[in-house]
Amino acid sequence: MVLRQLQIQQNKNKIMEFTITKKAKKTAFGLIGVGALLAIVGIITNIGEAHFTTRLMTNGLINAFFFMAIGLGALFFLALNYATEAGWYAVVKRIIESVALFLPYGIGIFGLILLTISFMKGAHIYTWMDAHTVAEDELIQGKSAYLNMAFFWLRTLVYFTVYLLFLRGFRKRSLLEDQVGGTEIHFKNYRKGATFLVFFAVFSSTSAWDWLMSIDVHWYSTLFGWYTFAGMWVSAMVVIVLTTIYLKKQGYLPHVNDSHIHDIGKWIFAISFLWSYLWFSQYMLIWYANIGEEVIYYVMRTENYKYLYFGMFFINFVFPMLILMSRDAKRDTGVLMFVGLVILIGHWLDVFIMVSGGSLGANWNIGLLEIGLPLVMAGVFILILFKNLASAPLTPVNHPFLDESIHHEF
Amino acid sequence: MSDKVIYAMYGDDDVLKSSAKKLVSNGVKISEVYSPFPIHGIDPIIGVKGTRLGIMAFLYGLTGLALATIGMYYFMVVEWKMNIGGKPNFSYAENVLAFIPITFEFTVLCAAHGMAITYLLLNRTLPGMPAQNPDPRTTDDKFVMEIRLSENHGVTEDKLDELLKDTGFVELDKKIIE
Repeated sequence: MVLRQLQIQQNKNKIMEFTITKKAKKTAFGLIGVGALLAIVGIITNIGEAHFTTRLMTNGLINAFFFMAIGLGALFFLALNYATEAGWYAVVKRIIESVALFLPYGIGIFGLILLTISFMKGAHIYTWMDAHTVAEDELIQGKSAYLNMAFFWLRTLVYFTVYLLFLRGFRKRSLLEDQVGGTEIHFKNYRKGATFLVFFAVFSSTSAWDWLMSIDVHWYSTLFGWYTFAGMWVSAMVVIVLTTIYLKKQGYLPHVNDSHIHDIGKWIFAISFLWSYLWFSQYMLIWYANIGEEVIYYVMRTENYKYLYFGMFFINFVFPMLILMSRDAKRDTGVLMFVGLVILIGHWLDVFIMVSGGSLGANWNIGLLEIGLPLVMAGVFILILFKNLASAPLTPVNHPFLDESIHHEF
Repeated sequence: MSDKVIYAMYGDDDVLKSSAKKLVSNGVKISEVYSPFPIHGIDPIIGVKGTRLGIMAFLYGLTGLALATIGMYYFMVVEWKMNIGGKPNFSYAENVLAFIPITFEFTVLCAAHGMAITYLLLNRTLPGMPAQNPDPRTTDDKFVMEIRLSENHGVTEDKLDELLKDTGFVELDKKIIE
């Protein structure tokens, strides 16, 4: 008992609390302010136009999904490290956790947007939500056993609940571990991490069908879930590496060395390939088979989004491939930040084309609204991320692999 | 010109590593270490330069990419126009998607084989080449450090013996190589 109290005391002394600098706060609020201004001007100047409500809800859906997916990707990565009993990541674990802890807020915003769209009978985004459309469309009728409002919301609520319960458990045990130590928590995390992966293996596919693929309601692709998942994973890794580099530059994280940064860089490199591989596989199979109801998805996007669509693929694949190939580049924080920011925008564009290609089709537009909303969300995201970082010590002092992680070098 | 070589054999890679650190800090040049498996962190201690195998892999990959593209362009578009289910449609650029899987495979094939052969050549370990290691036990569970007197003008043999004495080797061998 005395020993334990001593350890708790020791831990309290070791805590290096992260505090948000005034500059960071100003930047985040600046992003929100500028973004909100742009968005409002965008709304006022375009409000009378045709398809405007669809455009508004499309943008809400894109940004709510993209930022929620970053949190979800981080939660997946945390569970993956627990399940594989990885050692190297211990010193950056709190950063992964902090990114994942955006998820409750992300889910809140995303849930609100989904609810609004549901009340608007799909808002021409989820056309299967509108009973009149379904009555005239035999193809949707065939899918209505799966795609109906009640089942959609049941599934959505199950995803949200499972994700949040696991996240809460991971965080609770992570903070508890700081206090009590030992290996019991580690093995519990190991089991829970593996269990989460089983759930996520199914949910990552089905949720992508529900939230994104059902926008193109006639179209289907079995690869779609993995493709969406690879995109969210790489976005999460980019945010993790950017946060790590930022904190390192601010003088925190004394134990994070080049090798940790290199490792996260390798993840970005590898998952960019995974994403490109899935993007290409989906594209090539459908292009080769040339079946009318399948190619419609790509005809829409290659005809109406041509440069954006292939440009997006170019910056998400060729860019990280050529620049991050060498060992030195993955250890250079400047290069990583540059590539990271570029592919983060690239993956936002990916989600943009996924959603608005289905909902707005040829009537898409990138105006003030499209630029403003992601800026608002980015500002909110940064504020919440920093709040999460400040809420716990940045080094998990009793992580069983902490020593291995501190000496991580290759 | 004859050269005297000292072989210090160790039973543990960590012991060898700390011994190598001690010798190098005393100005000894270690010419080679023989080990049944890669020893992490030994390269910077004995001064092995970073490998350029990665650059070679990239070049082999580019070779494969170019060969596959030229080959398929010639086979499928130039020499005998092939049209399988409407694709490829007599144009390489418009149907590049159909060629990408093979291009990818051939790139990987060339990079992997080129890299493996280069590695074996540089180490002189191609099948049939005479063995380089001084003792067959270094392919089993022993680690040998090789020190050549001709590369160590500043350190006498007696000094080397003294330095090696307490490093925990299991066997010490000296040979004169013609």
